[in-house]
Amino acid sequence: MSAQAGVADLGALSVGDIVAEKTFEISRDTLVHYAGASGDFNPIHYRDDIAREVGLDGVLAHGMLTMGVAVQPVVDWLGASGTVVDYQVRFTRPVFVEPDTGATVRVVAKVGVVDGDGARIDLTVTAGEANLTVLGKAQVRVALPAT
Amino acid sequence: MNPELQGRQFPPTAAYLVGREKVREFAAAVLSTSPLNFDTDAAIAAGFADVVAPPTFAVVIQERTLAQLLGAPDAGIDFARVVHGDQRFSYSRPIVAGDQLVAQLTVSSVKSLGGHSMVTADSVITDASGAHVVTAISTLVVRGDE
Repeated sequence: MSAQAGVADLGALSVGDIVAEKTFEISRDTLVHYAGASGDFNPIHYRDDIAREVGLDGVLAHGMLTMGVAVQPVVDWLGASGTVVDYQVRFTRPVFVEPDTGATVRVVAKVGVVDGDGARIDLTVTAGEANLTVLGKAQVRVALPAT
Repeated sequence: MNPELQGRQFPPTAAYLVGREKVREFAAAVLSTSPLNFDTDAAIAAGFADVVAPPTFAVVIQERTLAQLLGAPDAGIDFARVVHGDQRFSYSRPIVAGDQLVAQLTVSSVKSLGGHSMVTADSVITDASGAHVVTAISTLVVRGDE
């Protein structure tokens, strides 16, 4: 089943349905913008020399940026028909952002549980050419009125 | 890390006033395309008082409490060794522009695991009426000496 954005309908949901999927391009510009908006100015998110000094391969995305971006397809799917009441992730692998090519983050949002007042949406969040998982146990609890 | 941190409650932070342009700026930074984050009319039509903050916006307020924890003189946490392990937000209602929010952190657990330490901190965020808005829970891993 393919869901239409902004018209989430609890009655039409079944476990395993994909409600949203989206690919995001993250660039160094995205990181600088997020640093300013969030107030997280850790230099490992904009300076390769400092990132390497602490043993990283290079600049990586803020974990909270990846978490913030990954929920957006669910937010768009919900529209005004429901709200996110709980959102959790485990940071399993860094997202390295190349100065020229950036990074690609892919999100697939699938129904994990449906119950009386909403659903649990499970996110698969991967990045890079190898499509490795960067957020584990990424779960979004949404409240939806019964239809 | 100091194991006696477990159970410690820090003082509430100064009130944070959620600005409409801040919500829009943060929403753009997490690549949101939701009209509820940007358009006051759309937010009001959906029953909110003003533009709605994205689900991870609470980290901006939570951050002020984590700074208290990491900066505690007796905490023994070396910031350079801290890695974000897990993050969770549990909402009673969405944050909207105009909210005046206060956060208070409690250390819910301190564990040692194979040379590393793990600290879990719950930051309870309440509005001007004292009502619960969201609890932000972080688990930080402090890497031991390699």
